[in-house]
Amino acid sequence: MYLEMKNIVRRFPGVLANDHICLEIEKGEIHGLLGENGAGKTTLMNVLCGLARPDEGEILIDGMKVEFGNCLDAIKCGIGMVHQHFMLVPVFTVTENFILGNEPRKGARIDTARAREMVLELSEKHGLKVDPDALIKDISVGMQQRVEILKALSRGAELMILDEPTAVLTPQEVEDLYRIMRSLQEAGHTIIFITHKLQEIKEITDRVTVLRDGRVVGIVRTKDVEQVELARMMVGRDVVLRVEKDQHAPGEVMMSVKDLRANDSRGLTKLKDITFDVRAGEIVGIAGVAGNGQEELVEVLTGLRKQESGSITLDMQDISQLNPRERMYAGLAHIPQDRQRRGLVMNFSLVDNFLLGYEDLKPFARGPMLDYREAEKFASKLIKMFDVRTPGSQILARTLSGGNQQKAILAREFQRDPKLLIAAQPTRGLDVAAIEFIHNELIKFRDQDKAVLLISMELTEILDLSDRILVIYEGEIVGEFKSGQATPEQLGLLMAGSKKGQM
Amino acid sequence: MEVWSNVFSLALFTATIRSATPILFPALAGIFSERSGVLNIALEGIMLISAFAAVVGSYYTNNAWLGVLCAVIAGVLTSLIHAFMCINLRADQAIVGTGINILGAGLPSFLLLKLFGSQGISPIVERIHEWRIPILADIPVIGPILGEQSPLVYISLVMVPVSYFVLFKTPFGLRLRSVGENPHASETVGVSVFRFRYLGVIISGVLAALGGAFLSVSYLAQFVKLMTAGRGFIGLAAMIFGRWNPWGALFACLLFGFADALQAAAQASNVPIAPQFLRMLPYVLTIIALVGAMGRANPPAFVAKPYEKA
Repeated sequence: MYLEMKNIVRRFPGVLANDHICLEIEKGEIHGLLGENGAGKTTLMNVLCGLARPDEGEILIDGMKVEFGNCLDAIKCGIGMVHQHFMLVPVFTVTENFILGNEPRKGARIDTARAREMVLELSEKHGLKVDPDALIKDISVGMQQRVEILKALSRGAELMILDEPTAVLTPQEVEDLYRIMRSLQEAGHTIIFITHKLQEIKEITDRVTVLRDGRVVGIVRTKDVEQVELARMMVGRDVVLRVEKDQHAPGEVMMSVKDLRANDSRGLTKLKDITFDVRAGEIVGIAGVAGNGQEELVEVLTGLRKQESGSITLDMQDISQLNPRERMYAGLAHIPQDRQRRGLVMNFSLVDNFLLGYEDLKPFARGPMLDYREAEKFASKLIKMFDVRTPGSQILARTLSGGNQQKAILAREFQRDPKLLIAAQPTRGLDVAAIEFIHNELIKFRDQDKAVLLISMELTEILDLSDRILVIYEGEIVGEFKSGQATPEQLGLLMAGSKKGQM
Repeated sequence: MEVWSNVFSLALFTATIRSATPILFPALAGIFSERSGVLNIALEGIMLISAFAAVVGSYYTNNAWLGVLCAVIAGVLTSLIHAFMCINLRADQAIVGTGINILGAGLPSFLLLKLFGSQGISPIVERIHEWRIPILADIPVIGPILGEQSPLVYISLVMVPVSYFVLFKTPFGLRLRSVGENPHASETVGVSVFRFRYLGVIISGVLAALGGAFLSVSYLAQFVKLMTAGRGFIGLAAMIFGRWNPWGALFACLLFGFADALQAAAQASNVPIAPQFLRMLPYVLTIIALVGAMGRANPPAFVAKPYEKA
């Protein structure tokens, strides 16, 4: 046995994040750690890499008890972690990030030449190409991840923890990562791979430990189990893994976007004359890597950002000069990408959040006053209809789980009876059950002959839900597919910027 | 015309250097603190307390350099309060800084009354005299400007390349900057966020103290109530204008110093502009510089954000 974590307990105020967790890792294996958000995966790994101390329990390496007061202790024992949110300094170069905390010196100064060599040597040795002089903020997420892996290797990591490493990558980058993981395994490294995606577990791991609500619910050999079984262990009940949706014939054009051009806040052109339609009874998915103009597109469509040129029509009405409130009245609804920033006021109660956008309408507004009795009725109706799990309508939005926050937003937006819904990353960071719920709601909405514009970085979500898929790259639509016509590989290539002709 | 030619003389540039010094110290102080991720608007207060401590030290020992030592000790102690509140207690850094500024305005006045029985000024004390740098002083033009200044002026000028070297060329500087840009990253590679933030704030206290001491025991030889007159804040403006870089800060301080010297010279030469307007010059320039720089300035990403361990 290489690594053992025994009866690890870690408490947060009001939550038992790790409830007597036992984890055994064999030397040289790729071990999956599977669980929903909040199952305690990251907490457990923070304990293992020295970022957090366990309240109870012990860690053994090769049978010897170890204790980690800080990250350095864990690093010395050969444990390296690639965090979900990369631990890199954006304004530092690759080399500077690489050497931080472990700088080669020449007298009092940093030996920059030696540092650069160290990066190049190690990147050569492991076949991970990086540019030592590039600033972190200028390189792709996939590259940043390589820097993180190299950083861990340079500190002598035998055991590498990868915390949800695929969440931010394109399909090609994921393939690259698998390749890297396998070659590390061949070189004798052990890997703990954290994810909540079943398919990834099946693809790359040797064994898997499943966590639920802070407890271990299963340890299995990957090849002995089916995905459905893993899903059941993870969620605690049967789940439908594939989205079930019937064919639905699209109707009239509901929204028409023509030659839309827009800049970002720094004045750089982010949308380059985009043209597309969304029909009634149709879900149009926009696939793309984050930062290719999706955010600006949503902002321009909803009226939060001014376009430079082009037109937007909704149900024959030109809405491009309307403000966000007027667009809402014209039949546009919006699930914002960042629900905690734009979707809800976190320090408002649920009732107050439900009132947003209705506050000057009857029956809630009575002259200058708000009628809270009506508002309460409205709130209880929405809570019931959309199964928002909350002790009551007076609860602050911030105390709800991500899934319940998203349900609340969905409830409020659907209640406007919109013609078109813009759903930006509607399931980001949610667990399987909440994702299932939201996907079903979107399909139900479509089946009522309404239109949905879905923007997502999750390719599977785009593929599962969309009737038509558009690929956005650097502010341009570079590909269009009917549902079922596109493979993830095709989309991935387009998302990464290779033109259709080169495929 | 003649009044104006009196204004623009070599003496104006000598005065520029002298006026830049009490801004340059807090500017460099701010750079160290903010690069480590701790907002330090307390510099004004720290300077006032240190300026007073310098006078007290000089008064009782009859040695101005011991006065400077007292100033540094007072500056470090005051900045430790700031550090403890901001780093350990994770208080709002702007509010802690404001508190220390109020303390800095009140405490010296109170002690002035207790120790010297005076409402507004201390007795005259021993001061640090100008040094004449042998060869430098004999060079034409440069000699009169740089050749005969207070040693604290020279220290402030030397601190510019020293700060630059420490911040950008040494492991210490890389770590200090990392905790201001992404403390979570620092922690994961075993760089203690607490330690480096404390060091940043303490260095900042030392530098601000030197600025305060320069005013009270070198530029003048006594403490005058509120004698910093906003120089701590102008120093912060110079830090921003200079983009948190010592060389940039030096440039900004020379600009502000020039404005200050200009208004003093203009007043002395009876230029036909109301003195109230002349005195505004450095402050107006500060506002213009800040408005111009604000949009483009990139402060350290985690400045003013308390760090909490996982």
